[in-house]
Amino acid sequence: MALQRNDAPPDHQEIAITASDPALSKGGTPSAGTATPAVELRGITKRFPGVVANHDINLTVQRGTVHALMGENGAGKSTLMKILYGMQKPDEGTIAINGEQVEFNTPGDAIVRGIGMVHQHFMLADNLTVWENVVLGGEKLHGIGATAKAKIKEISDQYGLGVRPDALVEDLGVADRQRVEILKVLYRGAKILILDEPTAVLVPQEVEALFGNLRELKAEGVTVIFISHKLHEVLSVADAISVIRRGTTVGDADPADVTARQLAEMMVGAELPSPESRESTVTDVEMLKVEGLRIAKADAEGIERVVLDDISLRIRKGEILGIAGVEGNGQAELVEAIMGMLPLDAGSVVLDGADLSGSLTRVRREAGIGYIPEDRHKHGLLLEAPLWENRILGHVTEAPNSKGVLLDPAAARKDTQRIVEEFDVRTPGIDVTAASLSGGNQQKLIIGREMSHDPKLLIAAHPTRGVDVGAQAQIWEQIRGAQREGLAVLLISADLDELIGLSDTIRVIYRGRLVADADPATVTAEDLGTAMTGAAAGHIESPPEAVAEAHAIAIEGTEAEAAEAAEAETAEAETAGAETAEAEAETAEGDQPTDTADGNAQAGE
Amino acid sequence: MTSSPDTAKKPAAKRFDGERILLGLAAPVLAVLLSVVICAALLATSGKDPFHAFDVMFTYGTKSDAQVLTLNRATTYYLAGVAVAFGFRMNLFNIGAEGQYKLAALFAAFIGAQVDLPSFIQIPLLLIVAMLVGGIWAGIAGVLKVTRGVSEVISTIMLNAIATAVVGLLLVPGVFAPKSSGTSNSIQTDPISASSHFFALDTQGGSLWGFIVVAALVGVVFQLVLTRTRFGFDLRATGRSESAAHASGVNVKRMVLTSMVVSGALAGLIGLPDLLQNSYYYGQNFQPGLGFLGIAIALLGRNSPIGIAFSALLFAFLDVTAVQLPFAGYPQEIVTVMQGVIVICVVVAYELVRRFGLKRQQQKVGAELAAQAAAAAKKEVSA
Repeated sequence: MALQRNDAPPDHQEIAITASDPALSKGGTPSAGTATPAVELRGITKRFPGVVANHDINLTVQRGTVHALMGENGAGKSTLMKILYGMQKPDEGTIAINGEQVEFNTPGDAIVRGIGMVHQHFMLADNLTVWENVVLGGEKLHGIGATAKAKIKEISDQYGLGVRPDALVEDLGVADRQRVEILKVLYRGAKILILDEPTAVLVPQEVEALFGNLRELKAEGVTVIFISHKLHEVLSVADAISVIRRGTTVGDADPADVTARQLAEMMVGAELPSPESRESTVTDVEMLKVEGLRIAKADAEGIERVVLDDISLRIRKGEILGIAGVEGNGQAELVEAIMGMLPLDAGSVVLDGADLSGSLTRVRREAGIGYIPEDRHKHGLLLEAPLWENRILGHVTEAPNSKGVLLDPAAARKDTQRIVEEFDVRTPGIDVTAASLSGGNQQKLIIGREMSHDPKLLIAAHPTRGVDVGAQAQIWEQIRGAQREGLAVLLISADLDELIGLSDTIRVIYRGRLVADADPATVTAEDLGTAMTGAAAGHIESPPEAVAEAHAIAIEGTEAEAAEAAEAETAEAETAGAETAEAEAETAEGDQPTDTADGNAQAGE
Repeated sequence: MTSSPDTAKKPAAKRFDGERILLGLAAPVLAVLLSVVICAALLATSGKDPFHAFDVMFTYGTKSDAQVLTLNRATTYYLAGVAVAFGFRMNLFNIGAEGQYKLAALFAAFIGAQVDLPSFIQIPLLLIVAMLVGGIWAGIAGVLKVTRGVSEVISTIMLNAIATAVVGLLLVPGVFAPKSSGTSNSIQTDPISASSHFFALDTQGGSLWGFIVVAALVGVVFQLVLTRTRFGFDLRATGRSESAAHASGVNVKRMVLTSMVVSGALAGLIGLPDLLQNSYYYGQNFQPGLGFLGIAIALLGRNSPIGIAFSALLFAFLDVTAVQLPFAGYPQEIVTVMQGVIVICVVVAYELVRRFGLKRQQQKVGAELAAQAAAAAKKEVSA
């Protein structure tokens, strides 16, 4: 099956894309609402050089509801919200607020219309009080004195925000700061609130509190647009859901009768990596050994925080180790620690028997670590440099890029040409800047570059993030191909299906610790998701029927023999640990994803 | 995986290159033209004929003695531009070339006066002394940035002030200046020994400084190091994206320190053409302001060795020919205004052109790929 995917011409994927187009008709008004919707976006298209960020998006948000906008990273959610908030102008399409067609040139225009946005990264002055922060920029509304303060108190009480106007912002925690941000936009008269991934920075209890606030807001008639890609959060708080995939609305859903799995499918399309059983390429040779890694660093508030705590892991030749975790739980630091970009407080990194704990990044790269960074624009590319110079980046000391201290541009160019052809980087030439390529092609260039130096270990952080579906399949195949050739791979991904589909072993990272592990063959994304919130530890296994169901969906419409394999696995899993799995399900009681997974499985049978 | 875009690859690459050159030239040319227009308008509003002023400058500029003067001055300006540009290429703003070259020239003058070795040792010795002093002085800012995170902009500006004070401390009778001040009121070092004099070429228009050869060499080495060495690649990578360079294995801290020292060492050379070919001593009247002028020249020359050569020549031409303006009844300051306007315009123009170029290329690549995809689809259908 893997071979087939490899051989499939790129056009094959394009056909697949057009085939999913009919789903568009699902977008639009979910129910013929009698009331005028608070927000109505019609046919929004926004093009950026080289890419279409939004294409023919339709979105209807009813007044007084919490409307979730879902989609993967890079699906176009943020662009859409920036258009709604007046930060960007759409190339095509119309915006109607409360039934009235509007045109926003600046956020100011949107604010006048009662739209407020809370950004993912807070925009507060630390050394001012809450009250000063709220008033800042809105002095004309209620002055800056007692009236303003009274107004803040009033809003805070009305919506149950519990904000203390006199507290200094630098003394507040993340959740409190978020409430200040919300209060700030309410103070400016917002009736439509856009929250950009508000839960990304919160711990579970804080998330619950935030949802409480959202319900309060809703009760007071405020409309909330809630951007997220976390399934169970959306299911628990939203009244309506719209899903965006690859820049266009793929459908609306009612949280009451949709499962997490269905949502996930809508988000990622039918292109879930199939966790088909494949011959194991894992060997006994240990390639990477990480022992007792510990890093403490000061966070934004200046408080020393342990970001990695006693991390130990091993990756053998031909093994893909997947790290699951909610972003910000130490994955980025783990990668940077192995790459030598962050100094270690304790612990060791040994690659193929060579201790690299104190080595510089360059030495580690020369020793055979390939690196696909999480943020390719920040860490992987020189955007304004031509492709062939980007091919040199990270491997300037290695052939064919240099001879001695001198560069060898001719050889580097020739090799860039080879990478472009072998890895199917779509570009008119190697002299164009990296910035002019689409995300997927940039990523393929990076992977081609990293694979060209015979790495022993490949660190792949979110390798398919913001990458189009066609490139995604190619990237997966390249990682698998490398694995077959004996590469050890450390895979970090927020896409649980990708993790389950690719990894041989999965470890779960939570608050800087590896808290749980799982065998991808016997775990569902839902249970993995539970472990990522810190609710489960140790070895996780899902109920076999849930696993079977997940597998069945993943391979649906592909091959019958793969289905058989899944069944065989299920049988295996059944004997392996049905009891523990049930116990797990017990502990996770009341947790939405597990429930739905179970229900799903029953329905399937 | 086989559908690699072989067709249309070659012409596309060429076209991008031609356009890049055109875009690169557009900014400085526009900036210079705009500043000429603004200065003409200024002259016109003050009731003077701007065209006559330009005529006076050009007429003088075509004379051979003016040309030699221009080249001599451009030699100094070129070194100043290159010194600053080296830092700029790594996003390091060495505002301290001013202090670096003053200190370097003072030490070179002092040693040149104390030591009298054969020329082929003496001159390299003075060059090395100047570069060492400049490099060490700039290195202070580098160390501060690497260890304490002090912005090099702040520290080099402060070091300029300190350098002035240090020069004042050292340039007193009995230290670097001779005890008996003699006939002159101004305090200055002893004249450097005759073996320290750099060779000059006699031309119709006067003597052309041999130091122009050193300046040209510096330019060539600068270009080669940047484009042909690993160090140069690391430096450019750091300048383009510090985070990407860090992830790629560049030791950013070491690069910052190295670049700062090299920039300072180059700045150390700024004062030498005048010292070794013209004044032969360092005094209170030693030409000031060259370090700051270097910033303007590097900006106009877009930090490239060839661009800096042109901008150094332009600035030298303006300065040399401006001297003639008062004779024709024009204020000489108009040239300073023109230089200032050029710099402001060029900074704006470069940014505009850069954004335009990037966007244009992205659109072109997008269009080209779309065309390719369409062609491929067509082939698929017909097959």
